[in-house]
Amino acid sequence: MIQPPKRSLAFLRWFCREDYLDEIEGDLTELFYKNMNESPRKAQWIFMWSVLKYFRPEFIKSFRNYHSTNSLPMLRNYFKIAMRNLVKHYGYSFINIAGLASGMAVALLVGLWVFDELSFNTYFKNYDRIAQVTKGGTFEGKYRQGQDYIPYPLITELQTTYRQNFKHVVPVAWAGGFEAVLSSEGKRLSRRGLYVGEDAPEMFSFEMTFGAWAGLNELHGIMISESTSKAFFGDADPLGKAMKVNNDVEVTVTGVFKDFPRNTEFHGLQFFQPWKFLEKDASWITSKGWDDHFLFLYVQVADSKSVEEVAAAIKKAEMIAIKDLDYMKNELQYDYDILLHPMSKWHLYSNYKEGLLQNGPIQFVWFIGAIGVFVLVLACINFMNLSTARSEKRAKEVGIRKTIGSARKQLIVQFFSESFLVVLFAFAACLLIVFVALPGFNQLSAKAIEMPLDQSWFWVSSLAFILLTGCLAGSYPAFYLSSFKPVSVLKGTFRAGRYASIPRKTLVVMQFSVSVMLIICTAVIYQQLEFVKSRPVGYDREGLLIMRKKSGEFDTKRDALWAELKKTGVVASVGESGGDLSGTWSHNGGFNWEGKDPSFEANFATLNVSHEFGKTVGWQFIDGRDFSRDIASDSAGIVLNEAAVEYMKLQDPVGKTVRWTNRAWGVDQDFRIVGIVKDMIMNSPFEPVKPAVFFTYGYEGVLLIRIAPGVSAGAALPKIEKVFTSMMPEIPFDYRFADQQFAAKFANEERIGKLAAVFATLAIFISCLGLFGLASFVAEQRIKEIGIRKVLGASVANLWRMLSQQFVLLVLISCCIAIPLAYYVLSNGLKNYEYHTDINWLTFASAAIGALIITLLTVSFQAVKAAVMNPVKSLRSE
Amino acid sequence: MKQQSLGEFEELVLLMVAALHDEAYGVSILENLEEKQEKKLNISAVHVALKRLEDKGFVKSRFGGITEDRGGRRKKFYVITALGKRMLDSQFELRTSLYKQIPKISFG
Repeated sequence: MIQPPKRSLAFLRWFCREDYLDEIEGDLTELFYKNMNESPRKAQWIFMWSVLKYFRPEFIKSFRNYHSTNSLPMLRNYFKIAMRNLVKHYGYSFINIAGLASGMAVALLVGLWVFDELSFNTYFKNYDRIAQVTKGGTFEGKYRQGQDYIPYPLITELQTTYRQNFKHVVPVAWAGGFEAVLSSEGKRLSRRGLYVGEDAPEMFSFEMTFGAWAGLNELHGIMISESTSKAFFGDADPLGKAMKVNNDVEVTVTGVFKDFPRNTEFHGLQFFQPWKFLEKDASWITSKGWDDHFLFLYVQVADSKSVEEVAAAIKKAEMIAIKDLDYMKNELQYDYDILLHPMSKWHLYSNYKEGLLQNGPIQFVWFIGAIGVFVLVLACINFMNLSTARSEKRAKEVGIRKTIGSARKQLIVQFFSESFLVVLFAFAACLLIVFVALPGFNQLSAKAIEMPLDQSWFWVSSLAFILLTGCLAGSYPAFYLSSFKPVSVLKGTFRAGRYASIPRKTLVVMQFSVSVMLIICTAVIYQQLEFVKSRPVGYDREGLLIMRKKSGEFDTKRDALWAELKKTGVVASVGESGGDLSGTWSHNGGFNWEGKDPSFEANFATLNVSHEFGKTVGWQFIDGRDFSRDIASDSAGIVLNEAAVEYMKLQDPVGKTVRWTNRAWGVDQDFRIVGIVKDMIMNSPFEPVKPAVFFTYGYEGVLLIRIAPGVSAGAALPKIEKVFTSMMPEIPFDYRFADQQFAAKFANEERIGKLAAVFATLAIFISCLGLFGLASFVAEQRIKEIGIRKVLGASVANLWRMLSQQFVLLVLISCCIAIPLAYYVLSNGLKNYEYHTDINWLTFASAAIGALIITLLTVSFQAVKAAVMNPVKSLRSE
Repeated sequence: MKQQSLGEFEELVLLMVAALHDEAYGVSILENLEEKQEKKLNISAVHVALKRLEDKGFVKSRFGGITEDRGGRRKKFYVITALGKRMLDSQFELRTSLYKQIPKISFG
């Protein structure tokens, strides 16, 4: 049977007023079927035409208010009720908001920190295209990579044979920057700088204040940072001003760049000199061969190529170049690879151990990130717990709302809007906390993080953050509270029951598991720090001054300077060494000795020192004697450390000879072992000491001054400074203390420890806030029971026990969960350190006991308060 | 209150409602009017007139039962009110009195 035209009917139904629709549609349909008998077509046509004729104001429904089902006043009501609830139970509200705010603050700080870590080096515009050239190779059957020093000929090779792969090839010396004294217009300042290839400003997108990127094309040009320029010339344009480097080299300022921000590779570098100048000034570097690794090399790949393509193209560059070189014959066995380490991985993926990439820094970033999330989750759990605990109080409200006609959906919306209100308050408080805490946090984490309040992404992510937290924190109450049956609630038969508290208890257990884990981790991190700090260092750190020899005058005036220093009476001895005490910078092979396995390619840290070095640093002999200027043969003598003796498997080593053949050092001679010293910790104190060879051979770049025993550094320094300023007025008196340098080695681990301690404290604080709220709730709920028990003769101690024991049980369960987890995490984490403390069960026990005590204190406050209450008061009503 | 007025078509519909007493609804009014006048009308005109009459208080309505041939929609029945009847009476009177005043005219 033919139906009335569907479209017309739909149209009619869409626009027609509800109260007329029955009549109109009915009449039209009736007529349609009547007309059908004459002609179906005509019937349809009439129907359609008629529908159109109804399209007039009398019959069209009002569309204006059609979609508003009065949700705004309803929402307003929700917020009003929410506010009233917050104000009425201000204690709970405070606990709720404070807990959530501190959790959010931690999450926000951690988020900013993680963002900062991940955005390291993104300051450079060509971030995606820049890579560092490194080397890898197969040694003793194992493939090793991560050697970032490269030999000089590789630069030429990449600039010529492989030119088409690169947009820029920028060599760098000396890696990490060198200290120099800049002087101009009568001012002298010590600054850190680099020799770089001429393309560096363009490649690293320097932000120029004065001058152009091409500034380094000038052979005697120098680019200085804005802060350096300010210090020398104020706000004036310094282009073309004359300057002296180390009171010797005359240069002209050809550019001023903005100081590099803290989260870049070049942070702290204040000046750049052209590579061409270094090649001319220190022409010896150009004659160095493939076997001498001492330079850094950065490249920007050509626009048309990807980093991977270029990496594949240059992989065998060295092997191809050296295969016909006579002096490199022995090295062919290592099968060197030339590798590209992209800039995006410099900061977080740069930890090599045994030549394999470790997930060190990035792991730490995720670790801290995870803690942030954990603390936030703890805070959300608090919120959920308190809301569900108070549900019985709100149950009547839910019952009444439901009887009046609230749908469950509306109740869910109500509780969500309530939780969003709290989250909003908490977020405001969190912003305040972060604002106040940021300077301290920056100091703690050695960063320069700012609140990106002017960035839209910050607000967008904050909004997402609020939504997420609101949903997370509000979901449980919203779905739980709205599920109550109005009849049972209003009749008064509603009891939360035994099982209602199970989710709550689970949450408390989760909370305390996380907290106890954090406590244990923090404790072990500190133990590890203490363990390593107390490791014997093998020399005397106190009162030892270290100075870099920044001028040739240190050598020309050497004898007079040393004599003057000793004359002050505050200096016990003076010595020199090739490198700093804070690391072994030079490692070499080519050692042979009697009884050595010929296939064993021995590698030692090589340290060239003056005869007085040992006396000055205070090393300790196990066997043999120190170098002496009186014994001429000591120029061919060496001192080994314990590790070296063990490494060489020597019995009774003193007096034996070692032959050292090394082209780079230009040596091929026998050395006699004169003494064995205790291991000195120069590199990371977390690692085993490297086998080291000390000899009195080569250039010494560092001056060491030992302050006389019994003289304080404060008293000695002015006298020492006077000697330097009178003898070398052109050189700023610039020094470091050995103990400070040593302490700096712990900076990273100490930072982890402090951060973990802060987070653990906050986690415990938040958990306790939650527990406090719960305990007070339970006490309040059982107030009549307590009253009756008291009347029947229960003592305060009985009641206290009754109220506390369930919480104690929960915390005990958490400890049982946390301890194995923490043990697992820590034993894995400690494996990263070769030299590490053992995990002590006492730590676990004390963490568990600590958590218990804190719990008891928190709960007891409420329990005792409830227990000492006068039963008359609690029983009088009803 | 303004003077109640009644348009020509409205008057016809009102008369028909009165005539069809208790059986008057959209389609029956339409069909009877078409039959008497011998010309086609559109149902919408009838509905508009009914709405206006109802607004003016000349008719009142009630819903009838659901019938199959109306696609499940109810009929809306109209009955004349006392006010409506009085209106018709006064109109009728006015017309008759005026009619009576017509002198005898012969149109041959």
